[in-house]
Amino acid sequence: MGLALKLISQRIALGFLLLLAVSALIFAGTEILPGDVAQSILGQSATPESLANLRAELGLSEPAVTRYFSWLGGIATGDLGTALTSGTDISSAVAQRLGNTLFLAAVAAVISVPIAILLGLLAVRFKDRWPDKLISATTLASISLPEFFIGYLLILVFGVKLGWFPTVATVYEGMAFGDRLMAVVLPALTLTLVVLAHMMRMTRAAILNVMQSAYIETAELKGLSTFKIIRKHALPNAISPVVNVVMLNMAYLIVGVVVVEVIFVYPGMGQYLVDHVSKRDVPVVQACGIIFAAIYIGLNLIADVVSVLSNPRLRHPK
Amino acid sequence: MNDELKYLSKQVAKHRLDRRSFMGRAGALGLTAATASSLLGSAVMAQGAIKGGTIKVAIDGGASTDSLDPALAANSTATQVNRLWGEPLVELDAEGGLEMKLATAFEASADAKTWTFQIRDGVTFSNGKTLTADDVMATIERHAGEDSSSGALGLLGSISAMRTDGNAFIIELDGPNADLPYLLTDYHLMIQPGGGKEDPAAAIGTGPYTIVSAEPGVRFVAEKNPDYWNPDLGHASTIEITVINDDTARVAALQSGQVDMCSRIPPKVASLVARMNGVTVHSVPSAGHYVFIMHANTAPFDNKDLRLALKYAMNREEMVDKILFGNGSIGNDTPINTSYPLFSEMEQRSYDPDKAAFHFNASGHEGSVLLRTSDNSFPGAPDAAQLFQQSAAAAGITLDISREPSDGYWSEVWNKQPFCTSYWGGRATQDAMYSTAYLSTADWNDTRFFNEQFDQLLIAARGELDTAKRTGMYADMGTIVSEEGGLICPMFNNFIDATSDKVAGWGPSKGFDLMNFYAPMKMWVAG
Amino acid sequence: MDLRTIPISAWIGIISTSLFAFAAVFAPLIAPYGMADIVGGVWDPMSSDHWLGTDNLGRDLLSRMIYGARTTLTIAALATIVSFTLGAMLGMTAAVAGGWTDQALSRSVDLLMSIPTLIFALVVLSVLPASILTLILVMGILDATRVFRLARAVAVDVNVMDFVEAAKLRGEGRMWIITREILPNAMSTLIAELGLRFIFMVLFLSALSFLGLGIQPPEADWGGMVKENKDGIIFGIPAALIPAGAIAVLAISVNLIADWILNRATDLKGGRGGN
Repeated sequence: MGLALKLISQRIALGFLLLLAVSALIFAGTEILPGDVAQSILGQSATPESLANLRAELGLSEPAVTRYFSWLGGIATGDLGTALTSGTDISSAVAQRLGNTLFLAAVAAVISVPIAILLGLLAVRFKDRWPDKLISATTLASISLPEFFIGYLLILVFGVKLGWFPTVATVYEGMAFGDRLMAVVLPALTLTLVVLAHMMRMTRAAILNVMQSAYIETAELKGLSTFKIIRKHALPNAISPVVNVVMLNMAYLIVGVVVVEVIFVYPGMGQYLVDHVSKRDVPVVQACGIIFAAIYIGLNLIADVVSVLSNPRLRHPK
Repeated sequence: MNDELKYLSKQVAKHRLDRRSFMGRAGALGLTAATASSLLGSAVMAQGAIKGGTIKVAIDGGASTDSLDPALAANSTATQVNRLWGEPLVELDAEGGLEMKLATAFEASADAKTWTFQIRDGVTFSNGKTLTADDVMATIERHAGEDSSSGALGLLGSISAMRTDGNAFIIELDGPNADLPYLLTDYHLMIQPGGGKEDPAAAIGTGPYTIVSAEPGVRFVAEKNPDYWNPDLGHASTIEITVINDDTARVAALQSGQVDMCSRIPPKVASLVARMNGVTVHSVPSAGHYVFIMHANTAPFDNKDLRLALKYAMNREEMVDKILFGNGSIGNDTPINTSYPLFSEMEQRSYDPDKAAFHFNASGHEGSVLLRTSDNSFPGAPDAAQLFQQSAAAAGITLDISREPSDGYWSEVWNKQPFCTSYWGGRATQDAMYSTAYLSTADWNDTRFFNEQFDQLLIAARGELDTAKRTGMYADMGTIVSEEGGLICPMFNNFIDATSDKVAGWGPSKGFDLMNFYAPMKMWVAG
Repeated sequence: MDLRTIPISAWIGIISTSLFAFAAVFAPLIAPYGMADIVGGVWDPMSSDHWLGTDNLGRDLLSRMIYGARTTLTIAALATIVSFTLGAMLGMTAAVAGGWTDQALSRSVDLLMSIPTLIFALVVLSVLPASILTLILVMGILDATRVFRLARAVAVDVNVMDFVEAAKLRGEGRMWIITREILPNAMSTLIAELGLRFIFMVLFLSALSFLGLGIQPPEADWGGMVKENKDGIIFGIPAALIPAGAIAVLAISVNLIADWILNRATDLKGGRGGN
């Protein structure tokens, strides 16, 4: 375990450096983008006069470097600042949005990860027979449809025709947990269909790869049932690529669900970021960027640690 | 229009006055028969309104970046929400005339340079403060002030002084403007206590509702303001507004019964939506127009023959057919249509590949012409660009289309690149429209149109109080823009909204969608 | 190779993928109408004149599907090649080299993955011209980060195997180890990923065209065609459903081939039996 601890602490330290780099890059990126927040707020009703007034009001007249470091100073003291566009406190807005995003991601993950792995195991167990082919074809079909397409189909069938679930998944403060869960059924189902195939196929491929090894043959000779072999011997040794793919999809569930948020009117981080990028609201973009980066780095770290722990040779390097 | 009329129309509604005497007395007050009749209609209708219940609205345009400060309102959602809690001095009525809100009457000096507004008595803000003329002046000051960042700043530039006199609010202009009250219908100009200088985003106003929950870009909830002064407005006890920017999702919300009314139905599916059970589609003509704009001072568009070639290469009927699906009307390369007062017809320019080819050859232009477009310049803009590409090809003109990022289109392409697709919402008057975008000195002269004769006519028309003369001047201006300008205006769009049969009371309107955003307040939960 | 050993499922994949490829190559010859020609009403149903009906502007859907195959397959294939070459090579190099090379590469990938795609794409667009080449590179590079992580994870596992240790002791060079030892052993996992990545590229393409970093109209890719006709989805208009169906068929076909290669690869590795 010493190795894992060392790896984790090293990577956490590096993670902070990375976050710093990410924040600088995002800041530079938004500076490069044409247009600024004052212009976006006023839109078609901007006059040179009102633009200049608004820029001064928002403190945009200061040089970029000064603004970056004063933002960084704020972060260091845990203050994310206020949004330039709406003048609201970023921390509380982001906390609420992030909560919503994590809730949806969690529901989708709770449904999709076990199903994906189970389907992967089933596919291996019945390799090249009809259950394998059926699972493969249906998950592939679902992954190849654009997200919005799946979303609309679910809306059409379960929202409009059957009327089982709400098509508008707007959650708000003070909503009961049951209502909340009901609201996210369709978006979570959409996300599940989107990520299922990827995880299932990787599980299948990784286990099949391991199944070729000599120790599996030994297990077979011992007379263990196929399922038991897969579960006891193959799965643990196939864990590294599987965890990597699961983490990739978890990251997607958290940071990549803008389209699903738009279709189901779900107030998550994705839409929040997109709105603020288009308005060039740099402090909010920075805050969201940092959070997303932290999530990515954290998930990658978990994947790497699991990989190390799952491989006996890596666990005990010579 | 004034309180007397409103009183009279209510008398009719309560059967205390017959229809004929109403029309007679309205005529005596200087109203046209049509206006009087529609006024009567809405009063009688409102009489049958059922109070209470919840109206749920799905609307587009909102973003999580929106503020409740009316000075910064820049989309449909913000405008709709502001209408719930706030009110301007005057408002457009269903005929494009003026209806009194927080003013009860106004009058102009003979030279149309001094305007006096009488402020309504006994109105309180939702924080309990009583409305005074000083609040009104402070509000206009905030929007017109030198350090203002208000979207209405451009409209109020001609104000030279303001003062109050008891219950009267007086505006002095530096030049005559017969249309000043129309400018004050602007959706930014919600009267706030102390002008909103203290807390501009507090959403405190005199409107029929108070905002109880605001999540910008997501959801707004408003409760009826029990002290509201006008009994004909605001029937439901609660209004819930959900921001749904995705067209399909918005329609689905209506279809599945999660909302009662829905803004901006995509024209493509309007006829399909109309076939749904319990849904009514309202297609309302507007002054908004989908345009292709050329910079008339930039090569190659500084050549009049090339501009005419492109104008003749535009198949307007096909645009209305395939982009608006009949929910609109063809344009004539001016920004003005029948929605405006003082509109006069002129000869319609039509698709003519031969004429287009003739002018194209005369222009001496070689090679292709680059047209920039983006999904957010107007709904279906890339499609319209491709239709234009095809109709121009028939005249031997090659159009190259460049689809630009939606992000940054209004700051980087519009008003910067010499040829692009764009959208203009209408204005209340011809003067406002032309002054905003066609006067040589206009901030948004997005066709780079510099025409001395046009400018002189526009300024002269502003001070002209003789309607016939003024109409003639606007007709001349229309001809100049259509002939010389850089504007290709193939179509005027309708607003297409839909309501379910769970609500009733839809009526005619001018201005914006959803009955100029008064639908949630003028309609009621059906019994 | 004996054709009779190819299973039926692989045949299905090969035939339909070849059909798509054929359509892509000979589009101008086989399409009944021009790609941009407006030949009918909007969303006309299927008929003898228009086998698949017409699209949102009244263009022949079949013709657009055929031309769309060209853009879709070309761009997705090129981007997948960029992504795999870059991602797999760097991933394996990182795993074999270890130490600082590994840290530098892995953390750069973390960095690249952490920047929201939207911001990345917009910045690229404002700096580079919006051309097909830019598009392929952006798609390839962004996607290479995902391939990198997977390739590295697999390679790290293989790298500690006895036969790799033996090769290292023999004094084989790094390139030799990567191409001769790691790559063959990581192949099956990578091929399983390849088929999916190709489909992700098809979908990614339409997502980017929305940002303005895509195909210029009137050209279209299949994902873009679904998007153009998306208003019709909840009304069951075929113009919205057919391009989506085509992507699904393509996905299944490509992955049927990938599965077959996967089987062959594991057979070649000296596993037991064979089919």
